[in-house]
Amino acid sequence: MNPKIVPVLALMLCFLSNSASAEDPEIEQLRQQLEQLKLEYNSKIDELEKRLQATEIASQQKKNESKENEEKAKQQMVPVVAEYSPADDNAAGAPVKASKSNSFNPAISLILDGRYSDFSEDPEEYSLSGFQLAGEAGPGEQGFALGHSELVISANVDDKFFGRFTAAVDSHDGETEVELEEAFFETLAMPYGLKIRGGRFYSDIGYLNKQHPHQWDFTDAPLVYRGMFGNHLLGDGVQLSWLAPTDLSFELGSELLSGGRYPIEYSGDSTIPTYTLFAKLGGDIGISHSWQAGLSLIDAKVDYSTESGHGHGHEDEHEGEEQHISPIYSGDTATWGFDLVYKWAPQGNSKQRNLVLQFEYFNRDYDGMLSAEHEGEAETGSYDGSQSGWYAQAVYQFMPQWRVGLRYDALTSAVSGSNSELIEESGFDSEGHDPSRYSLMADWSNSEFSRLRLQYGHDESSPEAYDYWTLQYILSLGAHGAHRY
Amino acid sequence: MKYRYVLLVFSLLIPLPLQAALKIFACEPDWAALAQELGGEHVDVTSATQAMQDPHYIQARPSLIARVRKADLLICTGAGLEAGWLPVLLRKGNNPRILDGQAGYLMASEHVMMKEIPVSVDRSMGDVHAEGNPHIQTDPRNIARVAGVLADRLKVLDSANREQYQRRYEDFSLRWNTAINDWQQKGASLKGMPVVVYHRSWVYLQDWLGLKEITSLEPKPGVPPSSRYLAEVLNRTQEYPDLVVIHSQYQESKAIQWFSGKTAAPVVMLPSTVGGTAEAKDLFSWYEDILKRLLNAQRSDND
Repeated sequence: MNPKIVPVLALMLCFLSNSASAEDPEIEQLRQQLEQLKLEYNSKIDELEKRLQATEIASQQKKNESKENEEKAKQQMVPVVAEYSPADDNAAGAPVKASKSNSFNPAISLILDGRYSDFSEDPEEYSLSGFQLAGEAGPGEQGFALGHSELVISANVDDKFFGRFTAAVDSHDGETEVELEEAFFETLAMPYGLKIRGGRFYSDIGYLNKQHPHQWDFTDAPLVYRGMFGNHLLGDGVQLSWLAPTDLSFELGSELLSGGRYPIEYSGDSTIPTYTLFAKLGGDIGISHSWQAGLSLIDAKVDYSTESGHGHGHEDEHEGEEQHISPIYSGDTATWGFDLVYKWAPQGNSKQRNLVLQFEYFNRDYDGMLSAEHEGEAETGSYDGSQSGWYAQAVYQFMPQWRVGLRYDALTSAVSGSNSELIEESGFDSEGHDPSRYSLMADWSNSEFSRLRLQYGHDESSPEAYDYWTLQYILSLGAHGAHRY
Repeated sequence: MKYRYVLLVFSLLIPLPLQAALKIFACEPDWAALAQELGGEHVDVTSATQAMQDPHYIQARPSLIARVRKADLLICTGAGLEAGWLPVLLRKGNNPRILDGQAGYLMASEHVMMKEIPVSVDRSMGDVHAEGNPHIQTDPRNIARVAGVLADRLKVLDSANREQYQRRYEDFSLRWNTAINDWQQKGASLKGMPVVVYHRSWVYLQDWLGLKEITSLEPKPGVPPSSRYLAEVLNRTQEYPDLVVIHSQYQESKAIQWFSGKTAAPVVMLPSTVGGTAEAKDLFSWYEDILKRLLNAQRSDND
């Protein structure tokens, strides 16, 4: 049936049906036929419409496909371009990484460190024979105490710089102190293996110095670090380092630092800061062994002569004994150190078992003056003593999560100078006692982010030997910490 | 005469210029093997880890820093697998050529479809990665995808040998795709095989071969199983008589032996990377070995 005739026919029939009498059986029949036709016609139109839509979609898809093919063909020619841009990767159909407004937030981590310690002698009475104690150096507090709660924020600043900020919150005698431990930038893209670091940072001298307390293998610092650096050598300044393009890792670096802690602190009117030089050499022996050796030099001029006793932290902090201030040293100090680390992990798989042996030695020579005020009268005398000390430790992880460690510390010192009374009061005089200590520890790490440690120590820092027990937890929240060597 | 010695010493210190092979630092042996396939004699490939090391638990050793310092191209899995050590290496390596955004920085996981991307992450979930499950190398189709990107990078970084890289890539693709078809035919019977894994490091392989993971022996990624948890696993797996236990070469655990003893399920050690077994010498023999070991286990289960 010609579709064009259908509507006309339908209209005519309608007209007829309306005018004609409803009772006519012929007309009724015709009407039924018409309804039938209408239905058929409608369904045919629907079907046609659907087919049209489908072909339209298909042709659109074909067009897109041919475009894609064109683009793919173009992409296959892309490799000829000599320049790389990260956008090329995505053009090749790689999954696009979701981008959120907080994608650029720096890595943030928080360290929680707390402990319970029991000392057989009052830790407030602690002294280290032959050494003046500075800063936070000391055995800690009796009973429950918090260690350093550290907040670390770091990120690449841009393609050329990296920045890190570390603040530690401590409490001492009921007072909460916030200490800015690190705030530095370093370069990422200097040529020839060079790097510049600036700001406040832990010096790269020695092996342990740049480790934060929560990275230590024991609850406390080795005595030689406690006695010579107030646990850490840190300061404000710049560092230049160079990594040699060799198979053995060889790094050479130097720092100019202000600040630091007595007795290698720079202060007063002098503009000569602390100067350090360090070299590190390291490599692997087979797949199970690795090692690193380092040499350090620290040259510091300490000038307190113009400050008349406003030293930081090295005065006796017992309140109520205000007049008692130890004689203060001014002059040159030259320190050198050697460190050696050896690590073993069967087939390099340190997760199951591993052993770390560590040794460090430092020696310091003084060449300057001691001065003190006695009832308004200044007293001075020359001083050229020396100090040295070392520690050796072994930490063995005998199964996943469990480690045990043993450490031995030894220090010695010699004094010589013109005013024996000042020397005696200064704390430099060991009075024939060479400090030593041994410590044993066992720790359990549920994951990389939590650790519980029990440590026992027998300490002969001064002639009054004592024992101590410490139970410590270290928890790390947030960004994944670095597996440093 | 003295000057001659000085000159000699200096000439030893100056590195050989030009025509030197492209230095490639791979984080895992599988990417090292791929780089070797595509680069041939034009590249000098070193792998930061070897098969017996869990690539998550590596320290930024001095020897690695020295190798990063000299690299022209870095190829790693990414997705947080190397989160503990790669950032330190990049920062200490003082090498601008291989920093993020450079042609010399290639993270394989950025070029494949990641599985198990968590909606939210929390450390209480164990060692989960916000970017998804990082063990992408256990699906050979992922390796094919990464090969394309790597070939392009080689061409950009060493344009003098562009044609050779293209030829090698085409040759590799052909052989690899043929091999994938072959493995898929061989492994067709493995479809639906119920497996218990030690660590959830086989999700890409499971997807490719259609293996059915019932559970893992680690309660959470990276957390060793407790005896109570193992008993629970034992209960849950009782309805699967033809179970197979899968672990990789660096996961030696008493839990695996205990579980296998209780269930009589065969234990299959699958090489997670090239070098994981004596048979897995290169990319091809590695997958051959995986297929062979799975099929053997299936056979011993049916016996």
